[in-house]
Formats: sequence, C-alpha cells, structure tokens
Amino acid sequence: MEGDMMSFKVQVESLNAWFRDRQVLKKINMQINEKAVTAIIGPSGCGKTTFIRCVNRMHELVPGARVSGKIFLDGEDIYAKGTDAVKIRRKIGMVFQKPNPFPTMSVYDNVAAGLKLNGVKDRKRLDGVVKESLKSAELWDEVKNDFDKSGASLSGGQQQRLCIARALAVEPELILMDEPCSALDPSATARIERLMRNLSKDYTVVVVTHNMQQAARVSDYTGFLYLGQLIEFAQTRAIFENPRNKLTENYITGRFG
Amino acid sequence: MNKYTSRRIKNLVMMTLAYVALIIALIPLASIIIETIARGASAINLNFITQETAPLGQVGGGIGPAIEGTLLLVGFASLWAVPIGVLSGIYVAEFRDNIVARTARFMNDVLSGMPSIVLGIFAWIIVVLVVGWSVIAGAFALGIMMIPIVSRTTEEAVKLVPGTIREAALALGVPRWKTTLTVVMSSSKRGIATGILLAVARVTGETAPLLLTILGSRFWFAGLTEPTAALTLTVFDLSQSPFVSVDLPRAWGASLILIMIILGIYIIVRYLTREKYGR
Repeated sequence: MEGDMMSFKVQVESLNAWFRDRQVLKKINMQINEKAVTAIIGPSGCGKTTFIRCVNRMHELVPGARVSGKIFLDGEDIYAKGTDAVKIRRKIGMVFQKPNPFPTMSVYDNVAAGLKLNGVKDRKRLDGVVKESLKSAELWDEVKNDFDKSGASLSGGQQQRLCIARALAVEPELILMDEPCSALDPSATARIERLMRNLSKDYTVVVVTHNMQQAARVSDYTGFLYLGQLIEFAQTRAIFENPRNKLTENYITGRFG
Repeated sequence: MNKYTSRRIKNLVMMTLAYVALIIALIPLASIIIETIARGASAINLNFITQETAPLGQVGGGIGPAIEGTLLLVGFASLWAVPIGVLSGIYVAEFRDNIVARTARFMNDVLSGMPSIVLGIFAWIIVVLVVGWSVIAGAFALGIMMIPIVSRTTEEAVKLVPGTIREAALALGVPRWKTTLTVVMSSSKRGIATGILLAVARVTGETAPLLLTILGSRFWFAGLTEPTAALTLTVFDLSQSPFVSVDLPRAWGASLILIMIILGIYIIVRYLTREKYGR
C-alpha cells in the first residue's frame, strides 16, 4: 500500500493554523491514503482537533481563527482562492466528540438532514439513502421500527452511530472523526471501532484519538502530533513497534501525555 | 440549647418569615382579581361583549369595538414587530461578538426601558401628525414596544441551542443562514413563541401609547386610518366619566375582560414552557 502520488486521498502541504496570534499547527505535511483509517494521536492541546477541523474548513468558523497552506482532496486544493467552504464540507463527513443528533428531528430526519437541508425532496431516494446509511452505520436493526422516534431518545452509542449514518448519507469522499468514542462506554466504543474498520473498506477515515490503544486497534496509519508539529507519520505498526523519533517513543510508552 | 435545636429554630423562623412574605406578596394580586371579578362580572353579558358602545352616562350598549380594537391593534403591531424582533434577536445571538450585534443589544435594552408615554409621543409625531388618530398609529406605537421584548427573548432562546448542533449542520455542508433558519430555529421555536406571547400580553395592557395615537371610538372598525377603540382606553374613559352609577360598573366589566385576555395568554405561555421540562 506504500502509495504513489495517485493513491493519496488527501495531501496536506505546509499547513499552519492560528487562534488569533497563537499558532496551533506548524508546517504540517501529510499524505492520507484512500480507503484506510488514519489516526492522529498526541497529548491534549497538541492540535489534533484543529488539524481535522482544517481538513473540512470548520476551523475558520471560530472567530479569530486563521489558516495558511494547502490541503488537496482528490487533487483539488480546498483552500484555493474562490473555493466555497460550504461545498467542501458537503464532500466530507464529520463525527464529533459528543454525539450531536438534531434534537428536534426524528431518527429518519436526522439521517436525511444533509440531503433535505441541501434541497433533496425525492422521497424514494431519501428512503433508500436513509436505509443504506443506517445499515452502513450498523444501526438499522435497532431503529428500523421506530424511524419517527426522536434522535435524542437513543442511547449514547446509538446516537453516535446515528451521527455516523448522518455523515454517510451525503456520500462523503472522506470521513473525519474527532474522538468519536470519548463520551461512550467500553462496549459502545468497541462497536464504533469495529464500524470504523468496516467503513475503511469503502471510505477514507481520519480519526483523532487520545487513546493510543484505539489508534493501534483501528488504524492503518498513525500520525503523532506534539505542540502543533507532526513529529512522526507512518504505518501504525511501525509507529507502535519501531518509532523513529524519541518523542514518539516516549509518548506511546506513556512517559508523558 | 445544643447546636441542632438552635438550627431547627432558626430554620423554623426563616420558613415562617418566607411564608408571611409570600402571602403579603400575593395580597395585591389576589385582591385585584377578586375585586375585578366581584365588581365586573355583573356587567358582563352577551350584549356587553357584542354591542357598540353607548355614550357616557347612557344605559345599554357594550364594549364590542374596544375588544375588536385591542385585537386589531395588537394583531397589526405583531405583524410588523414580530418579524423584526425575531430576526434581530437571531442576529444578535448568532453574531454575538461583532460590533453591530453588541450595539443592537444595547439599543434594545435602552428601548425596553423607555417609558411608554415617550413612545406614544414619538408615534404621535411620526404617524398621528401625518395620517391622524388611527389604528396604524396605535399599532406603530405598540409594535415599537414589542420589538425589544421579542428580540431579547429570541436571543436568549437561540443562545440556548448548543453550538454542537450548529456545527453538525455546518459540517454537513449546510450554509450558515440555512443552519440558523432551520436547525437553530426549530430547536428554539418554543422559546421564541413564548417571547412573542409575552410581548403580546405586555402591550395588550398598555394605555399610555394609545392615549396619544388612537383617540378612542364608540363604533366598530372603520378603516386603518380612522380612530379606534381599545380596552385599556375604554377602561380609562369609563372610569373618568361623571356618571359614576352607569359607567363605573362598565369600566369594571371592561377591566375584567382585559384581565381575562391577558391571563389567557399567560396560560398559553405556561403551557408552552411546561413541556420543555416535563418530558
């Protein structure tokens, strides 16, 4: 899988990010492979979340936030002049730390939200997409009889899978997950992790996690971020078994973090 | 006396004081309602609600035009003030850091503290001097009173919508304006509706701005640019009448109807806000 240029789904070139005058990402370069899980690990405050929020242009929504550098998605620079952030976000699904289904919407409407809010009205198509997405998110069997239930009435783990289904419904090129299991119990976590593995057969997944075991379990590639810099990026096994950088080694062996 | 007993005594004294204070606080409200019912109920019958108003001192007639006038004034006031109030409240809540939003919030606070008679004079200069005493002038004055109330409650309701919900929609590639008008609005619609009703209840009971704008009338609605009656103004006129034996009971009757309308609105508000915590 050691990729030539063509198989990179996402290519990050000297990415810098700021909150007002505090620089939180420094000259990040990274290539993310298609149909694989890439984990971003690092201690709190290292810029993991900021990094993936740069990839779908959510970072700039925070007042005072700024970005420089290039990110290519399928060869197209998402920060190129004249590129509409809204259109970029439509191509990228995002799952957040805390499950955030729309509280006033039913299970069905939550999954259909991305399409409906962007103007799709064809009921047949919506039905199909909702069913497929819920199946892919491994939630179908649990909710197929109560589509009209409020999304907020599901359990935490179910809500997170509902959010994954909502992200899948817009057929994203890329799925970003920001510590998707940090609010879940171990069994719900195991379920999401299995789901991530399965999703990587069809999708490119980038997951931020503070849980090194999780990175080791689910990812094909791992990047270690520290103080806003990408210290090391390699196949997950290489990072965990044979880290090249002393900092990486210290972090994964638990000497700091 | 050990510590425990002294604490119990303190507790008892404080509880008693609290109860007494509560009762004292309720006396004015209870006596107003009881008094109004006692004196007003006998004046109310079908004719009283549906008939045109008789001249002062003349037996018969009703306060139909006043009820109609109040509903029309508040209706037209809402028609223009609610959209402005709601949209400005949303703006202030969604862009809380920018200078326009901060200025708007401050202006709203100033406006909501403005004495209503001043708003009446303002409406008199702006509208009455141009089109005359009229429904339009009254609705204009009441609407100005409604804007800050609606705007403020909308702002509070929208602020309660968690940022994570907004981000979920934005991450789906929904434009910001659409996120606000769909996801954010639907999550806060109960709060917004409550604010609108509170503003309606508030201006339904206003007299001062109407004194200067609608003149009053004994007859049914005759056009938007014609003078009109309103319950509050009718209560005022009847209570000032020299024919006490005829007109004072009518003033009480009109008061009772006014109170019932406002009370009805508050009951709807209670109903709307109840479910939020009940479920």
